[in-house]
Amino acid sequence: MSLILSSAPHVRSKDNTQRLMLNVIIALLPCVAAGIWYFGWQAALVVAVSTASAVAAEFVWQKLARQKVRVYDLSAVVTGLLLGLIVPPSAPWWMMVIGSVFAIVIVKQLFGGIGDNFLNPALAARALLLASWPALMTSGYNLGKFADATSAATPLLSGASCMDLLLGNVTGSIGETCKIAILLGFAYLVLTHTIRWEIPVLALATAALLGWILGTDPLTTVLSGGLLFGAVFMATDYVTSPMNWEARAMYAVGVGVITVLIRKYGSYPEGVTYAILLMNIAGPLFDRIPVHRIYGHTKAKKEGK
Amino acid sequence: MSDKKPNVGKVFLNGIINENPTFRLVLGTCPTLAVTTSAINGLGMGAAATFVLLGSNVVISALRKVIPDKVRIPAFIVVICMFVTIIQLVMQAFLPSLYEALGIFLPLIVVNCIILGRAEAFASKNPVVASAFDGLGMGVGFTLALTLIGCIRELLGNGSVFGINILGASYQPMLLMILPAGGFLVFGTLLGIINALTNRKKGDAK
Repeated sequence: MSLILSSAPHVRSKDNTQRLMLNVIIALLPCVAAGIWYFGWQAALVVAVSTASAVAAEFVWQKLARQKVRVYDLSAVVTGLLLGLIVPPSAPWWMMVIGSVFAIVIVKQLFGGIGDNFLNPALAARALLLASWPALMTSGYNLGKFADATSAATPLLSGASCMDLLLGNVTGSIGETCKIAILLGFAYLVLTHTIRWEIPVLALATAALLGWILGTDPLTTVLSGGLLFGAVFMATDYVTSPMNWEARAMYAVGVGVITVLIRKYGSYPEGVTYAILLMNIAGPLFDRIPVHRIYGHTKAKKEGK
Repeated sequence: MSDKKPNVGKVFLNGIINENPTFRLVLGTCPTLAVTTSAINGLGMGAAATFVLLGSNVVISALRKVIPDKVRIPAFIVVICMFVTIIQLVMQAFLPSLYEALGIFLPLIVVNCIILGRAEAFASKNPVVASAFDGLGMGVGFTLALTLIGCIRELLGNGSVFGINILGASYQPMLLMILPAGGFLVFGTLLGIINALTNRKKGDAK
């Protein structure tokens, strides 16, 4: 009989990065499909270019830096897909290439690669593109089914009906409009235990509550703009969201509050991008707030007693 | 405080390459990030700082045996202030547009840590000629760095270099590059590239 001596872990889960990322990709597919359905072939091109260039950027960088090439973990595919889904459908191809390369090389690889980036790469890239080419990032929504529409502002400003918002029959970024597709993806992610439900639900609930206090219909707050997409696919990023339950709750509430405040008082119509980025930065600080009493640890007695 | 004569050529090159104030010592980061929105601003800022560095290094080195050790920092600052006032008035008179562009960062040369740093680390311990070359080398190094950052930011953010359009009319300027965030991005990226190159060179030597 042979006895095998090895150190922990002894029981391994089937989950690995590739599997989890594949789940996210599957969950994003309804959004991609809805985007192409509503905005036509140009949306497909945008998503394809951003995904391809994100993967290419990761591959080239890891070759150049003489690192192990880890393209097969699919995380670059997710970043590229996400970036493609949060830009207007008429975004030019070169802008998507710049955004993807920035997301992968500067935001992700320069800070240590997968697991070490302090910002969500796709969102950081969106912030870069928005600051660099504001005109291209805030117009050009009227494509595909909306080609005949008179210049519509984002639904945040125009006030579409809740049913239209739910079905995605409104203008907006490629992946954010069809809420049914996002909810499908959310259900899939939660059922496969890829993400937990707390962050999206808490963020949405906070936004709805605060929006309601400030005079917006809660359903409209949740269904308009990119809040639902951001809460489900961006705020739940493993790397950039906090570790323990209480910190995650604070993080989610922060996302909701900042989003509504920017929508209501900021000069941008939508604030999800900056809300999540700001909370990405604050997340590690939330993790350090001691809320758990460590077993066997007593509070230091006050002096003089 | 030994007055042995350092090699002036080496002292001069030291400021440009080995101890480049921007890329190796990472001093004077505030003007580096703030004024380099265009190549000409970078060059102007660098030239002004070079003049002040040269002047203050020479005077402080000449006075190094007179200045009491305990009050040396205030004494250095008074000397530096004098040269900053001179360059400020000259620029206001002859280069008013550059003066406007540099704004508050021109008088802030007084507290630029490169200048105080060289006064403390070099000029107060070395003879006049060496100090002059040290100031000149550091100034040229600073100017080159600022002009390089300015060129990159102007090229990407405006499609031009020194006001001359290079990328053509169809180029969509990347606005971020002339915003503060662009300064941090370009500065950080250049720092990384230069560190990578220096490390590789060191690796080859071993």
